[in-house]
Amino acid sequence: MKQLKIVTSVFILLLTMVSCNSKTSKNDKQKFDLYQCPMQCEGDKTYSESGSCPICKMDLKPVASKTSKVVDDGEISDESIFNLTSKWNTEEGETIQLEDLKGKTLVMVMIYTTCKAACPRLVADMRNIEAKIPKENLDNLQFVLVSIDPETDTPEHLKTFAKENLMDGEQWTFLQGTVSGVREFANVLAVKYKQISPLDFSHSNIISVFNNKGELAHQQEGLGVDNKETVQTILELTNNK
Amino acid sequence: MITVLRLTLSISLLLTMTMAQSQSKMVSVKGGTYIPLYGRDSLKVTIGDFQMDVYPVTNKEFLEFIKKKPKWQRSNIKKIFADDNYLVSWISDTILGKNQSLKAPVTNVSWFVANDYCDCQGKRLATIDEWEYVAMANKTMPDARSLETYNKYILSWYEKPKTFNNEIGSTFKNYWGVYDLHGLVWEWTSDFNSVLISGESRKDVDNDSNLFCGSAAIGATDLMNYAAFMRYAIRGSVKAKYGLKNLGFRCVKDIKE
Repeated sequence: MKQLKIVTSVFILLLTMVSCNSKTSKNDKQKFDLYQCPMQCEGDKTYSESGSCPICKMDLKPVASKTSKVVDDGEISDESIFNLTSKWNTEEGETIQLEDLKGKTLVMVMIYTTCKAACPRLVADMRNIEAKIPKENLDNLQFVLVSIDPETDTPEHLKTFAKENLMDGEQWTFLQGTVSGVREFANVLAVKYKQISPLDFSHSNIISVFNNKGELAHQQEGLGVDNKETVQTILELTNNK
Repeated sequence: MITVLRLTLSISLLLTMTMAQSQSKMVSVKGGTYIPLYGRDSLKVTIGDFQMDVYPVTNKEFLEFIKKKPKWQRSNIKKIFADDNYLVSWISDTILGKNQSLKAPVTNVSWFVANDYCDCQGKRLATIDEWEYVAMANKTMPDARSLETYNKYILSWYEKPKTFNNEIGSTFKNYWGVYDLHGLVWEWTSDFNSVLISGESRKDVDNDSNLFCGSAAIGATDLMNYAAFMRYAIRGSVKAKYGLKNLGFRCVKDIKE
């Protein structure tokens, strides 16, 4: 009897060692719990099990369940940054996902607050852009500064930086991520950065504009460059509302 | 009773063996300090101990992964995470191309997917500094960069066409017991986007190299190491959603103390 216990416990142990994916794959299957004739012989009629169409005998094809479509009224497109699921802390101490910024035009830049050379100029570039946007458009606009130094730039640090630079208004958001989250985000923006010493990074100077669905609309590269095109893009996006 | 016991024991043994296979083989790499081609301010870089996959991730392993993760299948993947070259030679979402071997390294994968693959195994991609640290070994020495034969071997690979179709393990086993760092495919690293030497980055980056055209090359520590220079150049030129047919990946893992 003891042996039996050992044997069963060995089995249970083995079964618990299933890979990390089993859960997600189950969820994905649940998505396809409705089946429909590919020829739609019976209109929109759906079946809960796979099989063949009673009229044309073709195999039923899975369709995405209708409930999921209703929920996603503002569906996220393939190219949207809202596909990133990483978590971020704001300078106000809230935890958000990028998707929480949905609905507004976004102007994003990656900086770090201990930066002496380029970041102040990048921040100035951001403020210059803001200055050229009429007040009524600002409601539809969010300026987002993402830290590339998540270890130093805590929410408190970012809040202080925001105050010092007169960027504490509602239209400004500062984000602290995780090391891997920041790396992933930089990769989406095609921003390059490298830590040179504990408080110093070299990095690309790119200001990116996203529409309210999180799709990239424009990128401005370089420091102190003419921001006419960037402003133009922002105006177009915020006027369309 | 005893026969039942034997049967179950042998079955469980079999199960553990198949599971061990799905977790690919790794070897330990002892950390150290070295000067990479592109270092930080002090030039020297210190690496901690870690484990590295012996082989790059194969088509077979990747196929198993992707069956469990439909969101990374070719027809499902979001455009923000992969370009049109993603698994481009595969026949369908879960069928390899005609001339692709199961034992060949998987290529045409984006950084995002490679990153998630390692994450899912409880591992991660190597940093550039870690990768280069292991890659400077030849068969017998941990740092063979000064040897002419070492550099010649790598450069002669760069001239060979279509090595990405070769099977894993077809190149040499290095000092640490790692295969195929040179001679098969390029590999993704976690922080590949920290390389700031491309033409594009010269334009928009705030280091002095935007003042001097050749400073990227002069900034390198070892002008003889042309092979490494090529690797950094490739890293500097790719974007995370790119799929290249000679770019694969492998994973590493920290050693918990």
